[in-house]
Amino acid sequence: MNMHAQPQRTLAETALIDAFGERLSLLPGDGAVMVKRDDAIEAIKHGLPTRRVESWHYTDLRRLLTSVPAFEAGDIAKALDPVLDGSAVLPVLNGVSSAKAPEIEGVTVERLLEKLTDGSIAPGLDRYGADDAIGALNTAFVADGYFIDIADDAELEKPIELQNLQAGGQTHVRLLARVGAGAKAIIVERQTSEGGEAALVSSVSQLVVGDGAEVTWLIVQEQPDTATHLAQFKAHIGKDAKLTLFVMNAGGKLVRQEVVVRTTGEGADFKLRGINLLAGDTHTDTTMVLDHAVPHTASTEVIRNVVTGKARGVFQGRINVHQYAQKTNAKMACNTLLLSDEGEFSTKPELEIFADDVVCGHGATVTEIDHNHLFYLMARGIDEKAARGLLVKAFVAEVIEELDDEALVDALEARLDAWFSTHG
Amino acid sequence: MLEIKNLHARIVEDGTEIIRGLNLTVKAGEVAAIMGPNGSGKSTLSYILAGREDYEVTEGDILYNGQSILEMDPAERATAGIFLAFQYPMEIPGVATMEFLKVAMNEQRKARGEEPLKVPEFLKRVKDAAASLNMDMNMLKRPLNVGFSGGEKKRAEILQMKLLEPKLCVLDETDSGLDIDALKIVADGVNALRSPERAIVVITHYQRLLEHIVPDSVHVLYKGQVIKSGDKSLALDLETNGYAGVIGQAA
Repeated sequence: MNMHAQPQRTLAETALIDAFGERLSLLPGDGAVMVKRDDAIEAIKHGLPTRRVESWHYTDLRRLLTSVPAFEAGDIAKALDPVLDGSAVLPVLNGVSSAKAPEIEGVTVERLLEKLTDGSIAPGLDRYGADDAIGALNTAFVADGYFIDIADDAELEKPIELQNLQAGGQTHVRLLARVGAGAKAIIVERQTSEGGEAALVSSVSQLVVGDGAEVTWLIVQEQPDTATHLAQFKAHIGKDAKLTLFVMNAGGKLVRQEVVVRTTGEGADFKLRGINLLAGDTHTDTTMVLDHAVPHTASTEVIRNVVTGKARGVFQGRINVHQYAQKTNAKMACNTLLLSDEGEFSTKPELEIFADDVVCGHGATVTEIDHNHLFYLMARGIDEKAARGLLVKAFVAEVIEELDDEALVDALEARLDAWFSTHG
Repeated sequence: MLEIKNLHARIVEDGTEIIRGLNLTVKAGEVAAIMGPNGSGKSTLSYILAGREDYEVTEGDILYNGQSILEMDPAERATAGIFLAFQYPMEIPGVATMEFLKVAMNEQRKARGEEPLKVPEFLKRVKDAAASLNMDMNMLKRPLNVGFSGGEKKRAEILQMKLLEPKLCVLDETDSGLDIDALKIVADGVNALRSPERAIVVITHYQRLLEHIVPDSVHVLYKGQVIKSGDKSLALDLETNGYAGVIGQAA
C-alpha cells in the first residue's frame, strides 16, 4: 500500500502486527482465507498510509491512529431497537454474529464465520487497490459478520438491520449481501458502540445489486468519541438496477467511510446521500470512488456537512467514466455549514472522464448560517438559539427529505434530533 | 402605541445615513400609511422597527407602549407583539412551513408564559386562517416560502400575522406583486385584524392598496424624514399630483 519504507513502526502498527501473531490461531478460515490474511498483514507491515499517499492525503492514518485497543470488550446485554420500526435485526455483538438470526421470508442468512471457515468467501477478501488499508486491516482480522442472500423478485416487507454493536475493544466485521434480480430491499447498516471504552472497528460491506433490483442501504454511524471507525462499502449495480446509499456519520473520534461503487449494467442508477454531523475534536472522512463502467448509467451524490467545535471533515469524491461508458450522467455536490472558527472541512472532487458523450458536474460550497434567514425566523419570535438550530437542521434535513419515504424520513430525522439534542 | 422620536439611523456596513430625524406617532386602533418615493427610507424604517442588525440607530428613540425597544433583539420585539410583513419574504429550504408556524406560535406563547398549543388546536387555527386567505393547505406542506409565487408569499405573510396576533403590524409593500384579486384577499385579511387594541402601519408606494385598507393617517417620508402628515385625502392628492408638490412645499 505505501511505497515508502517507514523508518520506524508506530505504536499502532506494532500493536496490530503483534495482535495478528497472537490472534492467528483463533481466526477462522481455510488455507485460501489464511493466504489472504497473510497477504493483508504484509501490507500493514509496510506501514499505514500517510498523507503522502494521495487517497489518504487528508487523513494521515499513520499519524492519526495513535493507539490500538486490546481485543477484550465489555459486556453487551442485547441488541438495540432498530432505527426503522419493525426491522428484522441481524446483530453482530462484540464481533460475533447471532446463531439464532430471525427468519426472513425470501432471504437466506448465513453467519460469515461459517463462510470464512469453509473458505467460500476467500475471493471476496481481496483489496480493491494498493492503498486499501481498510481492506487490509479487515481481511487480516475479520472473524464474523453475515452473508445475506435476497431471492430474485423478493420484495421485502420489512427492512433488515445489520447491527454492528460493540462495547470497546476491537472488532473486524464483514457484511455481505446479494440482492437478486428484480428484488426490493431496505437495509440498514448500524454502526455503534456501548459504554464509551476505546474501540477500533473495521467493517466492510459488500453488496451486489442484481438486474432490475432496487436497494436502499442506510449507514447510520453513531460511534462514541472514543472509537476509531474504519469502514468500507463496496457495491456493484446491475442492469436497470437502482441503489440509494445514505450515509449518516454522527460520531466517532477517527472515522473513514469509503464508498466504492461500480455500475456494471446499462441503466444502472446510483444515488449517494451523505450527512456528516461533526463535533468535538474528531476527524471524519468520506471517500468515494465511483466507476461508471458501462454506457447509459446515472449517478448523483449530495453530501451535507455540519462542522462544529474543532472537528475536521473530509469528502473525496472520485468519478471515473470509462471510455466505453457513453451517455453517463453524473452530478456531485458537497455543501458544508461551518459553525466554528476552529472546525474545518476539505473537499476533493475528481472527475476522470474517458468517454466523450457524457454529462458530468460537481460543485462544493462552504457557508455560514444565512443571516437573512436568521433574521426572518427571529422576526417571528423564535429566539436566536432555536432559530439557528432550525436552520442547521434544515440544511441537512433537505437531504433526508429527498428519500421520499415517510418511515425512513421520520426515523432519520429522529437520529438527527438525537444528535442535535446533545450537540445543539 | 408607537412613538418614533427624532430617529437617526445608518447602514452599519458603510455608515450611510438613511433615517434623518424621523418623528411619527401611531396610536392603538390606528391604521397609518407611510408613503414616499423610492429611496426615501420606507423599507429601512420597517427593518429598524423589526430590529435588523444591518442598521444602527445613532440618535433618537423608538417607544413601543412607552418602552424603548432599541435594546431588544428581533425575537424579543416579535414576542412583545411587533410583526413585520416582509416586502421580500425569505425562502428557507429545509424548514417545513407547518413546523415553522408551530415553533413560532409556541415560542411566542412560551415567552408570554402560556402553554404550547395542542396539535389539533394548532391545525384548526392554521386551517381557518388559510381558508380565510384562500390558501391551499398543500402549499403549507412545502418548505417555508420555497417555490411560492410572489402573491403566495405575501399571503403567507398575512397568514403568519393572523396566527401570531401581533399588536403592532408593519406591512412593507404588501401590495407589490399582487394581482387585483389577491390584493383584495390580502386587504380583507388585514382589515379583519383591525381592532381598537392594534395598530397597523402600511408602507406603500401607491394609493391602490389604500383603497382597500383605508388609513386613518397618511405620512409622507422623504430623505429619511416625515415631511407631511394628513388624513386619507393626502394619499389621493399624491396619486393625482405625485410627490413633487409635497417635496417642493417641504423644501
